[in-house]
Amino acid sequence: MINKNSVAFYFLYASLISLLGGLLFGMTGGLQYILPDFLKDVLSFNRTRPLHVSLVITWIFTAAAGGIYYYIQIITGKKLWSEMLARIHFILFLLTGVSILFCYLTGRFGGREYFEFPPVLSIPMMLTWILFAVNFFNTLKPKLKQAPIYVWMWCTGIIFFLLSFIEQYLWMIPWFRDNMIRDITVQWKSMGAIVGSWNQLVYGTAFFIMEKISGNTKVTRSPLTFFFYFLGLTNLMFNWGHHTYIVPSSPYIKNIAYFISMTELLILGNIIFNWRKTVSEARKNYHRIPYRFLSAADVWIFFNLAIAIAISVPAINLYTHGTHITVAHAMGATIGINSMILLASLFFIAEQEGNFFKNISGRINKGFWITNISLLIFLLALIGAGIAKTVELQAQTPFSVMMQKLSPYFGFFTASGAGILLGMALITLPLSGFLLKIIRNRKH
Amino acid sequence: MKNQVFHDSVLQDITGLSVIKIFTTLILLSLFSGYTYFVYTDGTSIPENTQTITSEAQKGKLLYQKLNCTSCHQLYGLGGYLGPDLTNTMSENEKGEQFTKAIMKSGTKRMPDFKLTTNEIDQLLAYLKYVNQTTVQHYDQ
Repeated sequence: MINKNSVAFYFLYASLISLLGGLLFGMTGGLQYILPDFLKDVLSFNRTRPLHVSLVITWIFTAAAGGIYYYIQIITGKKLWSEMLARIHFILFLLTGVSILFCYLTGRFGGREYFEFPPVLSIPMMLTWILFAVNFFNTLKPKLKQAPIYVWMWCTGIIFFLLSFIEQYLWMIPWFRDNMIRDITVQWKSMGAIVGSWNQLVYGTAFFIMEKISGNTKVTRSPLTFFFYFLGLTNLMFNWGHHTYIVPSSPYIKNIAYFISMTELLILGNIIFNWRKTVSEARKNYHRIPYRFLSAADVWIFFNLAIAIAISVPAINLYTHGTHITVAHAMGATIGINSMILLASLFFIAEQEGNFFKNISGRINKGFWITNISLLIFLLALIGAGIAKTVELQAQTPFSVMMQKLSPYFGFFTASGAGILLGMALITLPLSGFLLKIIRNRKH
Repeated sequence: MKNQVFHDSVLQDITGLSVIKIFTTLILLSLFSGYTYFVYTDGTSIPENTQTITSEAQKGKLLYQKLNCTSCHQLYGLGGYLGPDLTNTMSENEKGEQFTKAIMKSGTKRMPDFKLTTNEIDQLLAYLKYVNQTTVQHYDQ
């Protein structure tokens, strides 16, 4: 037993708290869509939205980082290079997180999309990631020539997050800030890469768990797997431009993005090609909770990739951009794919630490189905709202009238959002209780 | 002997694959660096006949961020959906400066009253005018 230190569990526990907090603020924001006066003067939407977004992004990064801290000790058979550094990472992460929440609640903003906290807080945030990177590379000392795909993906995710995070703050330099076209384009570019970087961390985690569950080490080293990794990396670098079709930047940026985005059809084709095999594998391993969550992620990848490819086509993007169809794409990716994989990772770790879900597997199963069915309704409501908005925009309906017409869709997405919150609570509350128990046991 | 042949071919495969992986990584990183340079310079240059941002509009931009307007409003498709897209609000039919000013002064059913001073409203309007003309100038070109 190598994992004697509890620092990985601190991150995993904090990630679940972030997830539940993020869902709670998401629900509050949803209610503000259907009840415009709801908490308008105390917790207006310009506070609930960043609270929701930042907490769910924190869930993804923290659950991924906690998992990686745990897994690299299994891979190397050694403890972390520096447990002290990991503890400092956690304390700094906590202090920065609390400061950001305080700023949002008191209305202090930096006001950049997805990074709405005051820019000064980006410094400790960057520092936490550097501490993580130092510990990761020194513990693993990855030899990329022989390394399996998940090591490549984790390395890519860590490095690209650092690069993209710096790029996100280029607006502080007048050369970028004072040119609207450059500012918006670079913002989309860095956000695309940041999303790509967390996808690398999460998908790497999925590959690691799949290897451990199946015992098959060939897939994570096969040329085909690496082909798709490089295709994903190319998309991370170049496909963000499909968000900028309406920005008057160079046509090259849009053409390259369109061409690269269409290469995702190969990934889609590969999923369809392997579908039968995936289904039979899923049936065989259904009893294993981590595998069940991975199978759910597989279904959502298919759904989400189809939307992503559709909205990358300029003729479709012209109508769908700036509508809730884009939100459906983002929510499908973060809840359906990333969260399902990360929950699989958490349950896989819980399995290693003791069979705690023996008596509560029924509750987890209920939570699993409530979450996934609610998510389906949620996404359909968002797509419906997006299509309705497109129609109303074409008819030049005044904004307030349009919002009234869209309210039934908002009702559905808020109600199904409550379903997601309930399902996730059923899954995560016992899990967080178990993590807390591990942390306490390791202290004594 | 048979094992040795097998071992050698596997080694060759691994080495061949490693070279391809390293080579592909280097190519991609070089392309990405060049592309990034292009995006930062020529790819996003403003047409010569477009007005540059004024100091009042610069202040308006920072105020737009300080109030976190992006959580509800979009500029060039970037931002939230609770409020309307503001990219061309200054030149849209039935909207324009006076309409936008009135909303900023008192808020709406959904938008809180931010208690903005006249000076702050002027700065925000200057910023929105600047954003609006970046699209108009482009299409005029």
